[in-house]
Amino acid sequence: MIEARNISKSFPDKQVLKDVSVEFYPGKTNLVIGQSGSGKTVLLKCMVGLLEVDEGDIMFDGRVFNKMKFREKKEIRKEIGMLFQGGALFDSQTVEENVMFPLSMFTSLTYREKRDRANVCLDRVNLCGANALYPSEISGGMKKRVAIARAIAVQPKYLFCDEPNSGLDPMTALVIDMLIKEITVEYNITTVINTHDMNSILEIGDTVTFIHHGEKWWQGPSDTILDTDNPELQDFVYATKYLDKYHRKR
Amino acid sequence: MLMFRVFARPEKGSMYWKEIMREIDVLGIESLGITIIISMFMGAVITLQTASDLENPLIPLYLIGYTTKQSMILEFSPTILSLILAGKVGSRIASEIGTMQVTEQIDALEIMGVNSASFLILPKIIASVLINPFLVVVSMFVGIGGGWIIAVMTNLVSPQDFQYGLLYEFRMFIVYYALIKTVVFAFIIASVSAYHGYYTVGGALEVGRSSTKAVVHSSIMILLFNLIITQLLLI
Ligand SMILES: Nc1ncnc2c1ncn2[C@@H]1O[C@H](COP(=O)(O)OP(=O)(O)OP(=O)(O)O)[C@@H](O)[C@H]1O
Ligand SMILES: [Mg+2]
Repeated sequence: MIEARNISKSFPDKQVLKDVSVEFYPGKTNLVIGQSGSGKTVLLKCMVGLLEVDEGDIMFDGRVFNKMKFREKKEIRKEIGMLFQGGALFDSQTVEENVMFPLSMFTSLTYREKRDRANVCLDRVNLCGANALYPSEISGGMKKRVAIARAIAVQPKYLFCDEPNSGLDPMTALVIDMLIKEITVEYNITTVINTHDMNSILEIGDTVTFIHHGEKWWQGPSDTILDTDNPELQDFVYATKYLDKYHRKR
Repeated sequence: MLMFRVFARPEKGSMYWKEIMREIDVLGIESLGITIIISMFMGAVITLQTASDLENPLIPLYLIGYTTKQSMILEFSPTILSLILAGKVGSRIASEIGTMQVTEQIDALEIMGVNSASFLILPKIIASVLINPFLVVVSMFVGIGGGWIIAVMTNLVSPQDFQYGLLYEFRMFIVYYALIKTVVFAFIIASVSAYHGYYTVGGALEVGRSSTKAVVHSSIMILLFNLIITQLLLI
């Protein structure tokens, strides 16, 4: 379980996160939703330590991450996988080398074992035969899948995804969403997903945290989100006019 | 500050080794062509210019060879070539690391627990410091060779005179001096360019800006250190 306790984060010009407390559970897809600019990415980056929090604690299964020394942090980071918005694949390496990279860096497997493990992961994301291609030679959806394969190569306990399906067509987006969901259940990973896509929320969300202007506005299971009586969340959920006929049922 | 992280203990030697080899290839071997072409022409031009200045029959012709050697070894090969490499290699380093920064590849490395500063920058510094002296030595030979060829082709000076000039008052010290300069310049090129790349914020536009800054700043540093080292070693 990952917990954020009363975390605040400011940049010189503005406060982005205000006293946010939230829990994320293992084997579940924990969604963080909110409008553009509400602070989702900042929250995620604080959780993984790419940004320092000003106040509050981040705990990974009871271990206080943000107070750790660099060496201890590194140990936890080896248990973290992260999916970046653009994939963040290493341009100078092939698809296969990308997936093998964390293995080369942190395990003492032989080349054969690493390659086999990489192929298992690439298989898992339904990407066979792209091993020798470079990131510039594959499509956006394929990049995301390679990034997932790279993230699961070292069998992480925690997986963070920043808008995993932005910039993808609805079909591909669904494929990526389902993949993350399946992997989460299969390996009992604590998965945190940033999204503003209603489809994903309804399709794969287990728990949903709604961030509004840097504050936690609402948290609950995803199937109750359509019946919410929280006005800001309603605005978010029913932003598209095609949902108007369901709008504010009560 | 960045330098502390760059020289931290590497996580995994073999991965660094692989990177160093790759960098030697892209930063060094790929610069061999331009090194040879430029040095050849510069050597030839220096020879011609010296010859055209030597109208006075009292001045011995072997001075042409002597001047070509001195100019190539003391200044052209170490300094001018380093400036050219600052343009070619420096912009490459800055834009490669800058692109990795703006596309979150550096964040991805950090998340995996890799010390990104060390992993990306150290191999480039080591590769440059190893390969640039080699390029400079090549440049010295090719430059002097270029001078020789043009001298003989134009009959300005006999090969014997040219050769006598080359060996006249030859001190190994000037080669050491040149190589010391080269190593310092190589370190400057790699570290200054990597610094600008690493601290790129924004997008493609900023990557371009970083690589321009990398070239300008490392060139200025090279000229400055050229002065300092020359003052220290030669005077
Ligand atoms: N490094 C930074 N320095 C200063 N301000 C920042 C920085 N990063 C983010 N912000 C500010 O924090 C706010 C929240 O940004 P954030 O990226 O978390 O939004 P988001 O919810 O992820 O939006 P989106 O859905 O568009 O990705 C924005 O107003 C942004 O300007
Ligand atoms: Mg975001």
